[in-house]
Amino acid sequence: MNYSTTEIWLIILIMGIGTFLIRFSFLGMIGDRPMPSFVLRLLRFTPVAVLPGMVAPLVLWPAATDGQTDPVRLLAAGMTVLVSFWTRNALWGILAGAVTFYGAIGVIDLLPMLR
Amino acid sequence: MTTSTAKKAGLSPAKSAFWAGVRDGAPFILMAGPFATLFGVVATDAGLTLAQAMGFTVLVIAGAAQFAAVQLMVENASIAFVLLAALAVNLRMAMYSASLVPYLGSAPLWKRACIAYLNFDQTYITSVARYEARPEMPVPERVAYFFGVATPITPLWFGMTLVGILAGKAIPEAWALDFILPIMFLAMVAPMLKSLAHIAAAGMSMIVALALVDLPAGTGLLIAAGAAMVTGALVEIWMEGRAK
Repeated sequence: MNYSTTEIWLIILIMGIGTFLIRFSFLGMIGDRPMPSFVLRLLRFTPVAVLPGMVAPLVLWPAATDGQTDPVRLLAAGMTVLVSFWTRNALWGILAGAVTFYGAIGVIDLLPMLR
Repeated sequence: MTTSTAKKAGLSPAKSAFWAGVRDGAPFILMAGPFATLFGVVATDAGLTLAQAMGFTVLVIAGAAQFAAVQLMVENASIAFVLLAALAVNLRMAMYSASLVPYLGSAPLWKRACIAYLNFDQTYITSVARYEARPEMPVPERVAYFFGVATPITPLWFGMTLVGILAGKAIPEAWALDFILPIMFLAMVAPMLKSLAHIAAAGMSMIVALALVDLPAGTGLLIAAGAAMVTGALVEIWMEGRAK
């Protein structure tokens, strides 16, 4: 890394201010002024519109396997979605995903020894 | 005003909303801890001092963008490019900010500023799920709940970054901590798929994000999110039309 100390702090400060302004933007500026109903309708889909797109590449092409699709991660992700969808409870989903993930890794580690 | 449970516990409604937030935010300790530690390790490896790595964590307080910035700094990218790419990763939070307006818009400005500082994926999605489930919740209780969710996560995020800086490379890769993040987010979003419109939006988000994965940091996700919101709204309007 060949930045000067000042340059590094400049990056950190501008990123801090910029990130705050992004987060403050609408909540800070609009306040309690009413928004058009079609905008409200769009915004109600924000969580389900952002997170699946954020996670999909991480599940299909994980960095830990250098982007190779990993059946164990696919299975664990599938179990997480199924269980948290049916139970409507994130904690059960996390538990199911973690048990599947670490369980499958454990089984794969043991297989060569059993042979 | 006072709910019966709050009365029993001798708490004001805002206080009990705060503690409900703490309870719902607590599980994220499992994810925020390892993730923050990893940032401390990566930042130190990249050559940042303790103060600089902590500066990132306290001032920016957005994991994915911090990792993106440090990665580009290791590659000696131009300062403008580091900033642009890392801030693009955070642009999704403008959508979070807009989506909180109907719930928190009438809170005092300084409280909205504090919420803006603490508005990251975990606090946002936990809070908005609660607000959706309880539309009758008064604004002061919504604010207290948001701060409650942030309370177990934020100090841990700071503290575990410090641990990562000090512990260095002592964390083995075999723990496969990389997968905690996707599992947490999937588990959080699945219960919010409560109609065909929501499922269609989630599906569109995944398809477009995967198709645009090679676009520079964050931009593919923004386009995917926009397409997904429109998809969700259109399917919802179509379903309302059919129900009549």
